[in-house]
Amino acid sequence: MSGSETRLLFNHIDEPGLAGLETYERLGGYRALKRAFRELEPDELIGSFEESGLRGRGGAGFSMGKKGSFLPRGDMQKYVCCNADESEPGAFKDRELMMKNPHQLIEGCAIAALAVGAAYVFIFIRGEYWEIADVLDRAVAEAYEAGHLGGDIAGTGKRVELVVHRGAGAYICGEETALLDALEGKRGNPRLKPPFPAIQGLYGGPTLINNVETLSNLAHIVNNGAEWFKSFGSEQSPGTKVVSVSGCVQRPGNYEIELGIPAREIIFDLAGGPREGRRVKAWFPGGSSAPVLTEAELDLAYTFETLAEAGSMLGSGSIIVADDTVSIPELALRTARFYHHESCGKCTPCREGTNWTVKMLERVTRGEATPMDLDIIASVQENIIGYCLCVLGDSMAMPVAAMVTKFRDEFEDVAASGSRLDAPGFRRPGELDDSAIDRPLTTGAGV
Amino acid sequence: MTGDFGQPEHLTRPTDELSAAERRELIASMRPEDAEGVPELHEVEIPAELREQIETAMSRYPQLRSASIPALWAVQRHHGWCSPEGIRQAAAVMGVTPAYLQSVASFYDLFATSPIGRHRVLVCHNISCWMNGADELLQAFCEASKTEIEDADHHGATSADGEFFVKGFECLGACDLAPMVSIDEHYYGPLEPGDALAAIEALRAGDEPLPEKALTKRRAAGGEVDRDPRVPADPPPHGGAEEASRP
Repeated sequence: MSGSETRLLFNHIDEPGLAGLETYERLGGYRALKRAFRELEPDELIGSFEESGLRGRGGAGFSMGKKGSFLPRGDMQKYVCCNADESEPGAFKDRELMMKNPHQLIEGCAIAALAVGAAYVFIFIRGEYWEIADVLDRAVAEAYEAGHLGGDIAGTGKRVELVVHRGAGAYICGEETALLDALEGKRGNPRLKPPFPAIQGLYGGPTLINNVETLSNLAHIVNNGAEWFKSFGSEQSPGTKVVSVSGCVQRPGNYEIELGIPAREIIFDLAGGPREGRRVKAWFPGGSSAPVLTEAELDLAYTFETLAEAGSMLGSGSIIVADDTVSIPELALRTARFYHHESCGKCTPCREGTNWTVKMLERVTRGEATPMDLDIIASVQENIIGYCLCVLGDSMAMPVAAMVTKFRDEFEDVAASGSRLDAPGFRRPGELDDSAIDRPLTTGAGV
Repeated sequence: MTGDFGQPEHLTRPTDELSAAERRELIASMRPEDAEGVPELHEVEIPAELREQIETAMSRYPQLRSASIPALWAVQRHHGWCSPEGIRQAAAVMGVTPAYLQSVASFYDLFATSPIGRHRVLVCHNISCWMNGADELLQAFCEASKTEIEDADHHGATSADGEFFVKGFECLGACDLAPMVSIDEHYYGPLEPGDALAAIEALRAGDEPLPEKALTKRRAAGGEVDRDPRVPADPPPHGGAEEASRP
């Protein structure tokens, strides 16, 4: 049943005690750190990361080595931030990586710090992951104790300090510049770019920001080389990817695959597909901000480039499956509500656009909309994309626009008569009576 | 004569024509008289434990203000919510204004800026959980804890006895457990509506709710998987680990 899983980061994932230093070291852990600190130069490290083709696993898919090379050389105070603010609906891979193998991440963080010349690493973990942050805290304390962090790493006199910083519940803090503001102790609002964090980031210093999974790969690349890393996956998307599969599937969970296998294999062979007698109606290939794809697109190869060609994206590698019992207009409404709640309110197109999209979709699901309203929904989305400081607004606009386009008939049907509450097998979220619809939704982040 | 906003006359020019010193003067002239400045440490009574936690947090960052989120966590733990009193205590320790910390607290979902129930039950109602019955689960938790579902799905609702705070929450990052809840910062799932009553009763009795459904018990979805031939074998159990590294 585990036909096409290829476990690199997930190797030994359920080994008892893996979260502890002793077991991690017994399985070969911290060899890469010792080798990097004792034998390798920063430029060699950056060069091998670039050559390995490792792409950022947090959503944008940018070359990790190239990002590292953008940081200026020199003696200024530089920083590494690990983005562990995994908050996108559908994404939960970093949670399992950190909970079960925290030292793999810590080792990667220290190596990244060495590569860019940073003395401080911050792991910004979302506040909801309190118990995971406790695991990380214990692992960091062990790593300090063993001399893998601190003022004299591996006996070389080099210094890296690592702080686990807990957020407090705001999706926007997964956006890298908002993360920096939150880390500086402010409200998590995104910043204008440029300057990019690689030039001017945390406390105004050059900052490398990478996702948990990206950094977890580094020790393996140091141990085995860039060429070896490229033997996994496809040419433009080398390596493995931990894919979170959830929604209407029988075995939801994290599966580590080689990039390039067909999506159908992930959804059906690994995650078990929808329940007996159900079909895939729509699926998000890369978290809730990826434009939805349909059943006809299940045979696409799961890589950054093919999904981009299909008009969607691999994003953080989170597949959400909706089967044929799910109403797409209701799904669009759920998606839009999330972004409406999480919009920080700084840029008008996002703040107002998410608000109006929710209101219009509510009208659609109540059966009070006209086909013209669907065009207005589509045009609102067009006026969000690309007009804000960050991509939160785009993250709502893209999937909602895709749903309205690809499932236009269903939207028109529902707009004319409301969600079909009595249709057999048709599920509708909660009791959406009129009072629930008329009440104001929260604006901006915060309670 | 003064400007439209009551500023002194010599500061009525456009702000980009003012010098830095003039700008500071302008800001000072416009500050409301009742605005609270940075509280003096000796004027504020601060529990020793809270003060120590905040100072420890401040010592961990290159810049002190980075400790504002950890400080607010400490306040919330100590007082049960980010109360004005607690925020003032943290502000005094950190040397910032209470308004500054208040602005931070109000931004983040997990900080309560009004009193809430003792046990926090966050029910995820996002896409994957919704498709797997999150709305029914939220309703079950509201019924079991005697909280109002209308409020719970919006701002969160506290039960009359002050024991429970139930809230429909945005994605908690555990879609594989759908539908799931976070109870007092621990994740549980997948749950049936029937589990809600059991969980609430366990909390009342002071036990861990639903221990068998805890996230920490969950194994990787794919079960055991054979090692890929390209992934290096484990190093031998004793010694040799250093030598086993490949070029």
